Amino acid sequence: MSFLKINNLSVDYKMRRETVYAAKNVNIEVSKGEILGLVGESGSGKSTVGNAIINLIDEPGKVSNGSIVLDGINIHENLENIFKYRGKKIGLIFQDPQTSLNPILTIGEQLIETIQTHLNLTKEEAKIKAIDLLKEVGIKDADNRFNNYPHQFSGGMRQRVVISLALCCEPELLIADEPTTALDVSIQSQILELIKKLTKERNLAVILITHDMGVIAETTDRVAVMKNGNLVEIGPTKDILTKPNEIYTKSLVSSVPPTNKKIQRFKIIEKENKSQSSTNIKILKRWNKKEILSQDLVEINNLKKTFDDNFFTESTKNSVMAVDDVSFKIKEGESFGLVGESGSGKSTIAKMIVNLYKPSSGDINFDNVCITKIKNNNEMMKFRKQIQMIFQDPYSSLNGRLKVKDIVSEPIKLHNPSISSKDLDDYIFDLLESVELTQRSADRYPHEFSGGQRQRISIARAIATQPRLLVCDEPTSALDVSIQAQILNLLKDLQEQLNLTILFISHDLPVVRQMCDRIAVLKNGKLCEISETEMLFENPSHEYTKELLKLMPKIESIYN
Amino acid sequence: MDNNRLSFWNRIKDSDIYFSFIKSPTAIVSAIILLIIFFCSFFVEFVTPYNPFDPSSLSLMDAFTPPSWTEEGLAKFILGTDGQGRDMLSTILYGSRISLIVGFSAVIFALVLGVGLGLSAGYFGGKYEMIVMRLTDVQLTVPSILMALLVDGIARGVISRELHDEMAIYVLIFAIGISEWPQFARVSRASTLVEKNKDYVSASTIIGVSNLIIMFKHILPNILRPVLVIGTIGLALAIIAESTLSFLGVGVPPTTPSLGTLIRLGNDFLFSGEWWITFFPAIFLVILAFSINLLGDWMRDTLNPKLN
Repeated sequence: MSFLKINNLSVDYKMRRETVYAAKNVNIEVSKGEILGLVGESGSGKSTVGNAIINLIDEPGKVSNGSIVLDGINIHENLENIFKYRGKKIGLIFQDPQTSLNPILTIGEQLIETIQTHLNLTKEEAKIKAIDLLKEVGIKDADNRFNNYPHQFSGGMRQRVVISLALCCEPELLIADEPTTALDVSIQSQILELIKKLTKERNLAVILITHDMGVIAETTDRVAVMKNGNLVEIGPTKDILTKPNEIYTKSLVSSVPPTNKKIQRFKIIEKENKSQSSTNIKILKRWNKKEILSQDLVEINNLKKTFDDNFFTESTKNSVMAVDDVSFKIKEGESFGLVGESGSGKSTIAKMIVNLYKPSSGDINFDNVCITKIKNNNEMMKFRKQIQMIFQDPYSSLNGRLKVKDIVSEPIKLHNPSISSKDLDDYIFDLLESVELTQRSADRYPHEFSGGQRQRISIARAIATQPRLLVCDEPTSALDVSIQAQILNLLKDLQEQLNLTILFISHDLPVVRQMCDRIAVLKNGKLCEISETEMLFENPSHEYTKELLKLMPKIESIYN
Repeated sequence: MDNNRLSFWNRIKDSDIYFSFIKSPTAIVSAIILLIIFFCSFFVEFVTPYNPFDPSSLSLMDAFTPPSWTEEGLAKFILGTDGQGRDMLSTILYGSRISLIVGFSAVIFALVLGVGLGLSAGYFGGKYEMIVMRLTDVQLTVPSILMALLVDGIARGVISRELHDEMAIYVLIFAIGISEWPQFARVSRASTLVEKNKDYVSASTIIGVSNLIIMFKHILPNILRPVLVIGTIGLALAIIAESTLSFLGVGVPPTTPSLGTLIRLGNDFLFSGEWWITFFPAIFLVILAFSINLLGDWMRDTLNPKLN
C-alpha cells in the first residue's frame, strides 16, 4: 500500500477567455522511502500537482476532480485535515531560499515557532530539537548559528535551513519544488545528497519537482513525466530514461545535452516527422562573408573591473573585484566558452566586450584595435556593428511596446540609413526566416510569442548588423530543455554558415561542451584555466574544474 | 490567436483594460459622470439656453431666484440665479470649462516638465540626477498652494495691472503646473531606473542607438502607465488648486468666473439665506474631483503590473 495516492486529480483555472486545465486526471502513487521525480517543462503542471497536495492552489484555480489520499485518509475531504497535515505530516521546500525565510526573524525563532505550532513542546525542548535538526542538515556550529538571521547564511546554507524547517515536525511526506534550481552546481549536489540521505534515514516519501533531467537521473527512484497537465509516463527512473515509451519522453531525453560526448546536432523528435535538415539561412546572400583568417579576433589583456559599493566615499575598502586580471584570446571563427558559477564575473566580461561597462584597467582589442580607448562616437559605431549580443532573459530583452518589425529594423536603419523601405522589408523577412520565424511575425508584438520564439527574435536583431562577434550571455538558461536544443542548433547553423565568432557564456557545463571549441573557467573573477573543450572535460588540470565536472548532474549516471 | 485581423475597436474590446473597466461599476459611473461634465462644459454654448456673460440677456428682476423646486422658484432657472440674475446652471457650466482648461493645461505642463527631467535624471544619473532630485525635494517641502501664491504674486509685480487680467489664466496654469511637476519627476525617474537596467535598453546601446532615441523611443512608452495614473490624480488636484486660488481671489478674474470664483462670490450671500449661489458650484466641484479620483484609483489598480 503506497503512502500517498493521487487519484484522478484535475485542477482547473477558470480564466477570462478560457479554462486552463493545469492538471488532467493525474494518478500518482508514492511509497515511503522512495523519491519520486516529477519532471516536465514550464507549464506542464508539475508544480500544480505539488501545490494541490497541500491545497495551496491560488485563485481562480480549484481542484475540480479526484482525491488525494495520505496514509489512508482523504485529506481534501475536509479542510481541518489539511491544516492538521500541512507542515506537520507534509513538509515543503521551495525553490528560492532567499524568499522562503522571514528576514526579520532569526532562524531559531522561525524553527521554534514552527515546532511549537505543531508539536506540544516547551520552548526549551523546542530549542534543543531545533539545534539537533540544524546539525542533522549539516549546519556547523549549530548552537551559535541558531541565533543568526537568514541574511547571514549563504544560499546553500539557507536552503539547508529551509529543509530543517520542513523536517522539524517529523513529516512523512516531503515535497521539494525545484529545491536546487536557484543554486550553483557545487551546492546543488550537496543539497541533493542531503535529501537522499534524509529519505533513507527517516523513511520519507519524497516528491522532487524539477525540470533538470540530470537531477532526476542522479536522485530519484521513480519518475513521472508531465506535459500540458497530463501525466505522460510514470515508472522506474532507469526505465523511463533509457527506454522511454512515449514520443514526448523520447524527445525530452534526446534534447538533454549529453555530458560525456560532443554531438553534432540535437535530435529534435516531433510527432509529424519534419525533416531534420539544418536551418535555411536566407540572409546568406546578403552577407559579406569574411574569410576566416586564423588570427585572433579578440584579445583581452589583464582585464580588471571593480564595482564601488560605496556611493559617498571613494575608499577601496568596500569595492568588489568582479573581474580580476583576466587575459585570453578568441580566434576568428571559433566558439569560445566562458564558464563559471554565479558571481564569477563572466557576465561582467561580456558587458565590457560589448562596451556596456568600462574596464577599471586592462584593455580589449578587437581586430587589433583597442576598443576600450575609443572616444570618438563615429569610430565606435564601426565596432558596435561588428559586436552583437544575445541576452539571457528573452522577456526583458525585447521592448514590449514595439512590433517585431521595428525591433529588427532598428539596427538595420541605424547602420544603413539609406536603405529603401522595400529592401528593408525584404531584409527583415529574410532575417526572420533565417531564425525560423514566419513572415507574419513581423507585425506582431513580443508578448504574443513564447520564450523560445522571443530568443529567436533577439538573435535576428543581433545578426541584422552582420556582426563578426556574437556574445551569447546564457542564451538558453531561461528556456525549457527542448527549446534549448532548438536554439543551440540554430546558433550552430548560423555560426557555420555565416562564419561567426561566438563567445558563449554559461554555467551549464554540458551545454558548453556541445557548443564550444575552447573553454575558459572562471572563479571569483579569476581565470582558472583555458583549454580545448575535449581536453578540459577529459583531463582537467585545475582543481576547481575537476570539482565542477565531478559535481555536475549527469544524465548518463543512470546507465551505470 | 491572430490579433492583427481584429479591427481597432475589437482590439480595445479584447484588451484586459476594457475587461476590467466593464467589471468595475465605480469606474463606469465616474466615467459617465465625467463624460457628461466634459461634454456640457466644452459645448456649453449649445447646451445652455442662457449666456450669463451677455449683459443684454440678463434681467435684475430675476436676481436671487431660488432653485426651481422651492416655493419661489421658477421653472426656467433650475438651480436658481445669482445676484445679477444669471442662471446658476449655465454659470456653473461656463465656470467648469475654465476650471477644466486650467486643470488640463497645468497637468500637461507639469507632465512634460516632470517627465522630461525625471526621465533624463534616471537615465543619465550622476550629478545631474542628484541636482534634479534635490530640487524636487526642496519643491515638495513648499506647500503647493503657497508655491502657486508666490508665482502669482511675482507675476502681479512683473506684469502691468491691465495685462494681468488677460494673462491671469496663463499665470494660473504656470503656477499650478510648477507646483505639481515633482510628482511626475519622481515617478518617471523611479520607473526609468527599473527600465534602463532591462536588457532591451542594453541591446539598443550595443546596436549603437543614441541616448535621446533610447530615452524617448524605448524607455518613455514603457514608463507611461504610472505617469498616466499620477496625471489623472494630478488633474483632480489641479482643478482643486485652481478653485482654491480663485476662492482666495488670486485666480481668474470675476469677469470670467471659474468654479472657485463662483464659490467665493456666492459665499458673500450665504449668511443672507441665498445658499444656492455657493452651494451648487461647490457640490459640482466635489462631484468633478471625486469622479476623477475614482477613475484614477481604478486606473492605478488596473495598470499596476504588480497586481496583475
